[in-house]
Amino acid sequence: MDNIVVEALVRALSVGTPLLLACLGAIINERGGVVNLGVEGMMAVGALAAFAVASSSPDANLWLAVGASMLAGAALAALHAVATVTLRANQFVSGLALALIGTGAAGLLGKKFEGLPLFNKVADWNLGGLVINPFTVAALLLAAALAFYLNSTRSGLTLRSVGENPAAADVLGVNVGAVRVLAVLAGGSLSGVAGAFLALSYRASWADNMTAGLGWIAVALVIFVGWRPLRAVLGSLFFGFLYYLQFRLQGNSPIPTEVFNAMPFVLVLVVLALAGLRGQQGHAPAGLGRPYVRGER
Amino acid sequence: MRFVPIAVPSAARAGLVTLAAVAVALALCALVFVFYGVSPAEVYSTMLRGTLGDSTGLAEVGRRTIPLLLVGAGLAIAFRAQFFNIGGEGQLLLGAVFAAGTALFVPLPGPLLLPVVFIMGAVGGGLWAWIAALLRRLNVNEILSTLMLNYIAVALVTYLIAGPWKGKDVRGYIYTDSFPEAANLPVVAGTQVHWPTLLLGVVVALGLQWLLGRSTFGYALRVVGENPGAARYAGISSARVMTTVALITGGAAGLAGAGEVAGIHHRLLEAGQISLGYGFTAVIVAWLARGNPALCLITAPVMGIILAGGDLLKIDLNMPFRVVDVFSGVILLCLIASEVFVRNRVVWGVRA
Repeated sequence: MDNIVVEALVRALSVGTPLLLACLGAIINERGGVVNLGVEGMMAVGALAAFAVASSSPDANLWLAVGASMLAGAALAALHAVATVTLRANQFVSGLALALIGTGAAGLLGKKFEGLPLFNKVADWNLGGLVINPFTVAALLLAAALAFYLNSTRSGLTLRSVGENPAAADVLGVNVGAVRVLAVLAGGSLSGVAGAFLALSYRASWADNMTAGLGWIAVALVIFVGWRPLRAVLGSLFFGFLYYLQFRLQGNSPIPTEVFNAMPFVLVLVVLALAGLRGQQGHAPAGLGRPYVRGER
Repeated sequence: MRFVPIAVPSAARAGLVTLAAVAVALALCALVFVFYGVSPAEVYSTMLRGTLGDSTGLAEVGRRTIPLLLVGAGLAIAFRAQFFNIGGEGQLLLGAVFAAGTALFVPLPGPLLLPVVFIMGAVGGGLWAWIAALLRRLNVNEILSTLMLNYIAVALVTYLIAGPWKGKDVRGYIYTDSFPEAANLPVVAGTQVHWPTLLLGVVVALGLQWLLGRSTFGYALRVVGENPGAARYAGISSARVMTTVALITGGAAGLAGAGEVAGIHHRLLEAGQISLGYGFTAVIVAWLARGNPALCLITAPVMGIILAGGDLLKIDLNMPFRVVDVFSGVILLCLIASEVFVRNRVVWGVRA
């Protein structure tokens, strides 16, 4: 019994790790007032960049691989920043385009890495009997750091004010555009790291569509957790647990496989509807999704 | 650099900016091809030669145009109402499911069968979009909900063809039995262009244009889209408009799904074989047409070239079909980023 509980927890933490990383990225993004639905695409290019660097030679540096994933995610996010912040394009549709570009480009450029082995995958740590992945540790620490940053630092306050009331922030001398661009880039690099976890550790390989909708679930998770980093830990654990159940029950039950495949997406809908009923959307940053133009309001 | 609004942007300006955006998009895609290791000239010439260069190619473009026209025309009015339905894919699949269920299991006299197949297709697609409209009342963003519904639709199709609807003569692959003869659409000889659906697409595009521009409902729809505050003041129920819009766009996508299974495959098969991402590509069809259903008569074939061209790149240059996603994404991004240049003049230098 104990074994099953531990296994479930470890497994949920594991699948929950990319969700948490991407969700934290999206929280930074959205707290600054910019929605980025391109998480799935940024994860895909992050995974490819990490895999490409790590597999280029047997002793390729894994830090370098993670760095490459951050750069790739941020580079894709930069397109979003230019389109939405500078050119005031519709944030939702731009994010959708980003998701297409990211998954498409990763599938195209990653073709030559398909089926290749990874010699130096990121191994789990054994901390006195507790086996845990370094990415998971990093994600948990990051959640705590982000909560502290948003609630207790001056710069975090500036970020929030740009998301809540860009006009007021502007009057106080904050460069709204610059803050938003930085927030989008930070969000992109964290999505990239989420992809790196998949390519360097969880799957330790490259395949087209290996993000498999996790990016979209992370986007929905942000709303579910009310834009709060610490709640994101619980939220990603919850969805991680669902994936564990899917893995665990598949084949061992009379319920068809497809029901399990559809389950996370059905649950996202249920969870979003519940969040809507509870008025959770009220916690969204007030300036979210709207381009800021000085002198307009 | 700053933007100075233009009071009434001309249609010519919109057209020019759109062309420029597509040109920039093709240049950006060329960069990706260089990075991939093929010459962009080879990619583009392969695509053009194989699609517009001969009759087989043209027929392939025509075949892709049919679903793009139906889904795109529906999405065009959805975007005008600010209902960002990106679930065309799932709605098309549900249309295919309802159509296939009717063709396979409902005993109807020959001439009645096809009309009922299409009606049920529209019902299936409409219902799937309706879920998103209901969820929107709970403040669930429709981009997210329609996207999730896409994934769920794929699982549903797989479940049906692998489970209860699995065909008798199936080896290896999964699909249903073939439809009865009476449920098969006629095609242009020697091609897979099922012309009745094409005709239906033209009628739907023109009909929706009329609805948008000339009817009371179209007026309400535009008011809700352009100024929700004014709509509320005028007593227009935005929830009711959204529900109707969802039923129309989902219904149109459902017709496309019915057309694909009745016109080409004659059975229900895997989601990836029914649709080549028509739902997403149609988003660009509708955006290129700037929300005018009738203009989809031009923009659907344009994107049809890209989809048919993607097939050619796969066969001739051995490139993954994902290349189509790169095209779609880059074109979409350039289109929406260029919007600002339609409605504003660019002035260089500091504010006077």
